[in-house]
Amino acid sequence: MARAAIHIPDFLVQAVVRAEPTLRGAAIVLVDGTPPLWNVVAANEAAALAGIELGMARALAEQFETVQIRPRSRTQEKAAHAALLDLGWSVSPRVEDTAPDTIVIDLAGLSSLFGSEETIAHQLAQRASELGLIAQVAVASNLEAAIHAARGFPGITLISQGEEAQRLGCLPVDVLGASDEVLETLERWGVRTCEALAALPVLQLSERLGQEGVRLHEWACGAGARSMVLAEPGLCFEEEMELDDSVEELEPLAFLLGRLLDQLCARLQARSLAICAIHLRLDLDPSGKKDLQVRNDSSRRKNQSNTHEKTLTLPVPMRDSKMLLNLLRLQLQGDPPSAPILKLFMAAEPARPRAVQTGLFLPASPDVEKLELTIARLVNLVGDSNIGSPQLVDTHRPGEFRMDRFAPSREEPRLSRRKNAARSVETERSDFIANSKAGKPAIGFRMFRPPLPANVQLQEGRPQRVSFRGTRGEIVAASGPWRTSGDWWREDAWHQDEWDLEIHFQVPSSRLGRNPASCPQQGLYRFYYDSISEGWFVRGIYD
Amino acid sequence: MRLATLRSNVETALAGRVPSPFTYRDRKVIETVSAGIPEIDSLAGGLPRGSLTEICGPPCSGRTSLLLSALAARTAQPEACALIDGRDAFDPYSAEAAGVKLNNLLWVRCRNIDQSLRATDLLLQGGGFGLIVLDLSDIPPETVRYVPLNAWFRFRRTVEDTATILLLLEQESNAKTCASLVLQLGMGPAHWNTAFETKTAHAPRHPFVCLLDGFQARAEVLRSRIQPLIEISARHSFAQARAVNDAKSVRTSLETVFETKTMWGNRSSGIPAPKPK
Repeated sequence: MARAAIHIPDFLVQAVVRAEPTLRGAAIVLVDGTPPLWNVVAANEAAALAGIELGMARALAEQFETVQIRPRSRTQEKAAHAALLDLGWSVSPRVEDTAPDTIVIDLAGLSSLFGSEETIAHQLAQRASELGLIAQVAVASNLEAAIHAARGFPGITLISQGEEAQRLGCLPVDVLGASDEVLETLERWGVRTCEALAALPVLQLSERLGQEGVRLHEWACGAGARSMVLAEPGLCFEEEMELDDSVEELEPLAFLLGRLLDQLCARLQARSLAICAIHLRLDLDPSGKKDLQVRNDSSRRKNQSNTHEKTLTLPVPMRDSKMLLNLLRLQLQGDPPSAPILKLFMAAEPARPRAVQTGLFLPASPDVEKLELTIARLVNLVGDSNIGSPQLVDTHRPGEFRMDRFAPSREEPRLSRRKNAARSVETERSDFIANSKAGKPAIGFRMFRPPLPANVQLQEGRPQRVSFRGTRGEIVAASGPWRTSGDWWREDAWHQDEWDLEIHFQVPSSRLGRNPASCPQQGLYRFYYDSISEGWFVRGIYD
Repeated sequence: MRLATLRSNVETALAGRVPSPFTYRDRKVIETVSAGIPEIDSLAGGLPRGSLTEICGPPCSGRTSLLLSALAARTAQPEACALIDGRDAFDPYSAEAAGVKLNNLLWVRCRNIDQSLRATDLLLQGGGFGLIVLDLSDIPPETVRYVPLNAWFRFRRTVEDTATILLLLEQESNAKTCASLVLQLGMGPAHWNTAFETKTAHAPRHPFVCLLDGFQARAEVLRSRIQPLIEISARHSFAQARAVNDAKSVRTSLETVFETKTMWGNRSSGIPAPKPK
């Protein structure tokens, strides 16, 4: 039963480099501590070759011109560790979370899916690089041997069963994870390699070093019968980024958001998942708040909060980081943060990727992802409430409707006709009226929003003359009044008498202008008398 | 002989650059679809895909009725349709009564002509819609006249070679040669139905018991780049003229009339009028 151990060397440094890919290949030093007492806590190989030592003061490290100094970032370490676990779960459901920089994967049953152990090891290294991590991979039948080999040997290491002691022999004893005291003792004895440690008699070793010595001896021999402690696969996809300097403009912010999205999408792709919603939280710099004119309560509340939160809900699960970045940018353009940004936090809700079965006879319809981008641009143009698919509501209130999210039907026409059989009676009746008139189209109606105020002269209860919008006219024919009222228990109750009027306008010849059609001489309108406000209004025109 | 040699020399010189320079190419046949009104289909051949169609006319001339019929025909397929409403005048109730499937309609409610033109640009660039309507009916004609011609030209070029019908509603024609089809509508007489007059002993007489039944609209073709029906009937099978409802009709004039009906009108719906008491 083979196990594969994946170890990230210089894990603290790699976590920071994962967030700043431009640093890859440079000599990097991480400092930590309470200012002004910054000390070097981690350095990569290039920095060590340049002369940096752990524990060195920051001021001393700054003397090395070729070395890049960064603060240690625990948020990046958490994100890198989560990415490492996602790498393991992308291959096998049996993963052990050994250490922040090391995981172990059970390779049992994977040969039919991924191939030989060598192939699997290469794939793991490749996928790790796609996640922004450089990994050392070791495959062995013994769990502890695989871990120590991954920690000790660069690149990919394959250890056959029975060869563990021989292969681990050349590694230094500190890869075994012994305590500092034991390491110091072994150094005094001159035991520097695993081979030397394995050659010591175990009984005498236990008398001097106790159980830890026995355990170290067992590992140095490549033995060990520990079972894997499996980690529970989580569905938490979060990325954070703390900024040294606050960001005020949208373009640099979009660059940083793009990085976070790339990392999230890579992690989701490793788990064969997609994003159905993104939650973005921006921590603002309180000292940098712009001096806004407070116009209403909502903007005052926004001004007082130190965070700016946005949620992007997608119509279908997506994994295209560029498309998602465009959607986030459009949202932030419409509702920008009120202060410079110090920290970014992004969480993705995972979902199964959509599987679309296209058909030969399906009518053309907009691509879902392009449509979402188009609608996001239209929302920025006209506002969120002014775009969508109109839906009727169950009320008699004139002109009442709601706007739903636009989701066109993708059914074939013959399927639509079959589903028509299940429609409600009301819908059938309206379609019958619309379609059974020997080809006569239904009359169109155009609303005036808001309704136009009008003056109406009555004679014996019958409208005779009207004037509205600067025009006057005589009423030739009238139908009404048709009373409608409702919601009497609410503050916005209505009580109206509607009239359909045919009006002939008195248009002076001087106003006819270049095109007589621009000054209508007759028309069919719907007027109503509002009993509550006691006024006449024009609801719309038949066209 | 000289002519054959000359032709051979020209073809050799143009080889690789112009294929078959002396081959006659048939004029491109534009696919048309039904507008939902048989009289309009017979007059204009339907609405052309991949082209800009203008529908002009004053208020109460039948533009919205034609618009709703076209939307009903397209959304029933079902094709996704978009309506850019220049003055937020669209009525969902009359649309549903006309048979429009509102789930397949994207309604963009604009406040001015600038928003309307930019929204049209975005939707055309996005693509995938069967019908896009730019409704500028309620915007004053003098405002629409100031739209530069290159805007209409850009719309026409964007929609070319796609399956999208771009419909422009306005009070007068502005797109000039950019439109492949221009229809001018006008209002005819309105029809009032007085069949509901009743008298009962106890109930007071209703003062006005007539109902608006509909009105007649006139349509005239001002410009058309679609192949004339008379040519289609002579040279091609009727399968290509998909919008033609009556295969025997041949357009002999550029005008027609059509009747609109209200939802409650029953003149020819088969619902008998109540007998007066």
